Order: sequence, then structure tokens, then C-alpha cells
Amino acid sequence: MTTSMPFLLSALVAVWATFMVVTRAVAIHALLYLVVALLALACVFDVLGAPFAAILEVIVYAGAIMVLFVFVVMMLNLGRPDRLRENSWIAPRGWIGPGLLAALLLAALADALVVAAPDGGPIAVIDTRQVGLALYGPYVLMVELASFLLLAGLVSAFRIGRHIRGEDAP
Amino acid sequence: MTAAPAQALLLASMLFALGLLGVLVRRNLLFMLMSIEIMLNAAALAFVAAGMRWHAADGQVMFLMILALAAAEAAVGLAILLRLHAAGRPTLDADTGNRLKG
Repeated sequence: MTTSMPFLLSALVAVWATFMVVTRAVAIHALLYLVVALLALACVFDVLGAPFAAILEVIVYAGAIMVLFVFVVMMLNLGRPDRLRENSWIAPRGWIGPGLLAALLLAALADALVVAAPDGGPIAVIDTRQVGLALYGPYVLMVELASFLLLAGLVSAFRIGRHIRGEDAP
Repeated sequence: MTAAPAQALLLASMLFALGLLGVLVRRNLLFMLMSIEIMLNAAALAFVAAGMRWHAADGQVMFLMILALAAAEAAVGLAILLRLHAAGRPTLDADTGNRLKG
């Protein structure tokens, strides 16, 4: 059982970039590292034989959702005092407890993974056609539910952000 | 030369643990939302890895559902964050969110 080199490289980049996201003090730096992590994860999806998921990861996550985050960072207009305050918030003292908890979770998950499951054989590429057939065949109810969810998200985001200037809130 | 599903699941576990660390450590709401995105991504990776193991398209269908969930979550979370900022709150400290009105 040898690991393929593209998978290993993409996984290393993803973990490293994610660690940098968690530890940065400046929001836009963390966002750029998050984009790097998402692109590396798209490479992982492609290696795992899921090209449709890889393309959607680039378009929707790294494209749409990250642009939303960048817009919010621009509107918040963070400056130098925010960076200093953020630096004081992520003092090394506060990392011990959460780090222990996260390490415990990782140990539990890794412990659950050591069960010797039989390998599934070589990777077969699952292309868009198969995904589409599954999506509009047995999972068509979940497509409807996803549209409900997106509509609810749209309505609530519109309602919350309607009087963003702060005047005459009903 | 294959990538075993166990290795992909291990990568998903590491990403999830890092996201949990971010949610626990950071006090800035923007960073907490980013960490939640990381955790959702890790769950999506686990689904895709399982779909790869069983040679089934169901994993990618669940990936699509997680994508829709992440989009809705980001939109609502960022709208709430902008609302907190517009209400004159000087910082994005998550501990001050209990004074949200309206």
C-alpha cells in the first residue's frame, strides 16, 4: 500500500495551509491561506477520483464563498489596532487547553482508523454523469431540500442585512 | 500507486482537528467562521473518500449537500457579523454577541 506522490503533496499543503489559517492574526492573510488549503483539497479530490467535486471545490468554495469573506473583510475595514488586539488574543497561553482537546479528538479518530479494513482496489474515476444520475435519481428529494435550505439562507441573509446602516430598524 | 481511503480519512481527521482548534482558540467571529468552513471541508473530504472506497457516486452527492450547507451558513453568518459591526461594536469578539438586539 504505497501512497501516491500527488496525494501526499496535496495533503501536506492542505494541512500546512490550514494550520496557518488558524494561527494568523491578520484576517486577509488567513483568507489567502484558506484559499490555498481549498485548492490543495481540490487536488486531493481529483486524486481520489472525484473530478466533479474538485471542480466544484474550486468554483464554489475558493471562488464564491471566499469572495464573500473577502467582501466582508473589506467592509469591516480592519486596521492596525485590530491586528494588535488579535495578537493579544492569540497569546501562546491560551493554546494549551484547546490544543489538548483537538489532539485528543485527533487521537480518537486516528485510533478508529487503524482497523484493518480491506482495500477497495484501484481508484475508479466517478465522473459527472454518474453523480448526476445519482443526484436526480434516488437523491432527488435531497436536491429539493438543498433548494429549501438555500432559499432560507437567502431570505434570512436579506432580512438580517436589510438595515445595515443602522437607521429606522423596524 | 493508490491513495488508500484510510489515508484520506486520516487527512480529513487532521483537518477537522485543526478546524476545531481554530473554533476553540480564536475569539474573532470571522476566524471562527473560517474554522467552521475548514471543519465542513473535512467532513466533505471524508464523504468523498468513502465514495472512492465503495466506487459509488453517493459520496459526491453528499459533498454537494455539504457545499449547499456551507454556502447558506457563510451567507447567514457573515450577515450576522456585518450586523454586529454596524451596530457600533468596536471589536468582533464573540463574547460580546449576547448583546445583540433586533
